Amino acid sequence: MLRSLNINPDKCTGCLQCEMACSFENEGVFNPAKSRIKVFSFHHEGRFVPYTCTQCDEAWCLHACPVEAIKMNRETGAMEVLDAVCVGCKVCTIACPFGTVNYNQSTGKVIKCDLCGGDPQCAAACPTEAITYVDADATGLDKMRSWAAKTDNATHAN
Amino acid sequence: MSWTRKILRVNLTEGTLNVEPLNMQWAAEYIGQRGLATRYLFEETDPTCDPLGPDNKLIFATGPLTGTMASTGGRYSVITKSPLTGAVACSNSGGFIGAELKSAGWDMVICEGRSPSPVMLHIVDDKAELVPADDLWGKSVWEADKLIHQKYNDPQMRIAAVGRAAEAGCLYSAVINDLHRAAGRSGVGTVMASKNLKAMAVRGTLGVGNIKDPGRFLSATTEQKKVLAENAVTGQGLPALGTQVLMNVINEIGALPTNNMKEVQFKDANKISAEAMQEPRESDGKPNLTTNAACFGCTIACGRISTIDREHFTVENKPEYWGNSGGLEYEAAWALGADTGVGDLDTLTYANFVCNEDGMDPISFGATVAAAMELFEEGVITTEHTGGMELRFGSSEALAWCAEKVATGEGFGADLGLGSKRLCEKYGRPELSMTVKGQEFPAYDPRGVQGMGLTYATSNRGACHLRSYTVASEVLGIPEKTDPLSTDGKAGLVKAFQDATAAVDSTGLCVFTTFAWSLDNIAPQVDAACEGDWTPERLLEAGERIWNLERDYNMRAGLTGADDMLPKRLLKDAAKTGPAEGKVSGLDVMLPEYYELRGWTADGQLTQDTRSRFGLPA
Ligand code: SF4
Ligand code: SF4
Repeated sequence: MLRSLNINPDKCTGCLQCEMACSFENEGVFNPAKSRIKVFSFHHEGRFVPYTCTQCDEAWCLHACPVEAIKMNRETGAMEVLDAVCVGCKVCTIACPFGTVNYNQSTGKVIKCDLCGGDPQCAAACPTEAITYVDADATGLDKMRSWAAKTDNATHAN
Repeated sequence: MSWTRKILRVNLTEGTLNVEPLNMQWAAEYIGQRGLATRYLFEETDPTCDPLGPDNKLIFATGPLTGTMASTGGRYSVITKSPLTGAVACSNSGGFIGAELKSAGWDMVICEGRSPSPVMLHIVDDKAELVPADDLWGKSVWEADKLIHQKYNDPQMRIAAVGRAAEAGCLYSAVINDLHRAAGRSGVGTVMASKNLKAMAVRGTLGVGNIKDPGRFLSATTEQKKVLAENAVTGQGLPALGTQVLMNVINEIGALPTNNMKEVQFKDANKISAEAMQEPRESDGKPNLTTNAACFGCTIACGRISTIDREHFTVENKPEYWGNSGGLEYEAAWALGADTGVGDLDTLTYANFVCNEDGMDPISFGATVAAAMELFEEGVITTEHTGGMELRFGSSEALAWCAEKVATGEGFGADLGLGSKRLCEKYGRPELSMTVKGQEFPAYDPRGVQGMGLTYATSNRGACHLRSYTVASEVLGIPEKTDPLSTDGKAGLVKAFQDATAAVDSTGLCVFTTFAWSLDNIAPQVDAACEGDWTPERLLEAGERIWNLERDYNMRAGLTGADDMLPKRLLKDAAKTGPAEGKVSGLDVMLPEYYELRGWTADGQLTQDTRSRFGLPA
């Protein structure tokens, strides 16, 4: 079963545990500046929104890469950057419409979410279940359930 | 490790910046943040110095766990000598800038001297510079924040600043970071402004590494996050209701100081409580509370994000106040509300926003307004002094007006900016000031929660609940229930809380974790991160050392045991209603016992014995 990250911004408190988990897994330091997942704070609206790569099937980044440094991991469905191949040309960062591929100055390569090889650390660290890792075919299930709960059929009962 | 082992020393007089290694011998004894910075302050300042003169220093300090994945590991403190109390000041704040500073590679920033003109400290990783800030002077914290973000075109930059209140000399000015988090108490913002330092803007991209045993650290922090999640207070109460969960509880036990502590119960407590913040408003159907929010790394997320009703008189002509910002915490809601008798949630939220925008400690501000209201009702302060405003208990208009005046220091705002003690002295009625060592009380009446009387009296930074929160035991039963109306065992309880809290405040963690965690839960996290062996016993010993060092500083600054005193009102006038009816504070019973437990003399002085036991500087 393929799984996807499922993000529910309503639950997010902006704590950045996910960013620290991500940077620690990938860079060995607690460093939100180097996280592949980003939490945006909209102060005026009082909202926090985590945002990261959605692992497109027809991935713009993968198609744009001139040296084929981005490959799909068949087991996880993640588009992964092969560091040894990446030349740091940044074309993929331009190609991705969502901005989730970014250049890393200290290595000269690009970095993006790779689902931690199938055990995404952001989801594991999130205290509020704003990020979960669920069946890829059912990312809408929670939302459907919550709307279903609001459907009022009591009046039809009698 | 976990310390970055680097200090940034900023000489504001000369405009020079230097990098220094952290004194690791002191770190082993005083941990970090509160303890370690106090050690530096002790070493480097004359305790008798003028708090607002160039000889005082201002230290921004992180703890070893700041910037890590330990839950709540995002705290920093501002340490200096207080202009409000003349004692050591240490104000702790959350938000994000503490972790950012650490991620930029700094354990501490020590600011000394006084800049000839307004400046801002700009830090990007290991590069730091002083930048002219004439354009920021005269601006509120919110305006300055916006201008700085625009100037550097960096939305990720974290900013701490002082507002117009501090520039005007308000003695309880706060340092505000991330728009609505405050190193709030004792006038640390006033010191910052006295140095002509308007702001500190930080961007850190280096991250926090150097964890002694990363695997063990991750498992320890993960395990302890579970403990927080499963605890009723940290897992449910605080995220859902915030610290405001206390409003109705404390009112019911008859310990909610009201109308400048004349009463111990507030008739409108339920109108300004956590529950009220969730009620939809009539005008737009939205509740005051939009959502809860976390500080850096915090899995509790007690923070309140609120709006004010746009039709409310305070903001109808102020669209910049229509959005969300930091909402009411319990202490603020009490000081702005119960203590002034104002039971209108929107006015309180407005006053709280003003305190954040212009950097005032809402506890001291509210309590000073309460004292002014009593002086007004006694006929001592009149409309001649205020320029027409009637300062009556319960008046929303008066509260909102006072906030605006103190924010700019205009007119009667300058008097209110003196704080309750100096205000009451100025108008010849010192007994009406509800303060210890010149600092205003927080939200627990010592007649109804006896341990808090001793807490306030002996707190090293003047009246404060966060130095030993015996409410946890006396009201909430954490770690075990004690009788709030009895003085029995309270000296020991206060000492135990004071020492443990001093340790927690030195690690980079939030004291709110201690509803669920003891040092037994904290030590494994510190131990996995930091070099050396960190047991709960060692943390507690460090806490006691820190407490004694702070006390030593205060004694050298000229304070004495006589300053461990509560206002007469709490010692002589019995509570009139509620479970504490007929009670006064039993400080006279608790204090001698406390001194003895501390190993101090009968008049509260440190002995040579105590000094050498903790290896305090000679
Ligand atoms: S860990 Fe969860 S709650 Fe915290 S910022 Fe990330 S998504 Fe939001
Ligand atoms: S418990 Fe509250 S104050 Fe403490 S770190 Fe968490 S959100 Fe911040």
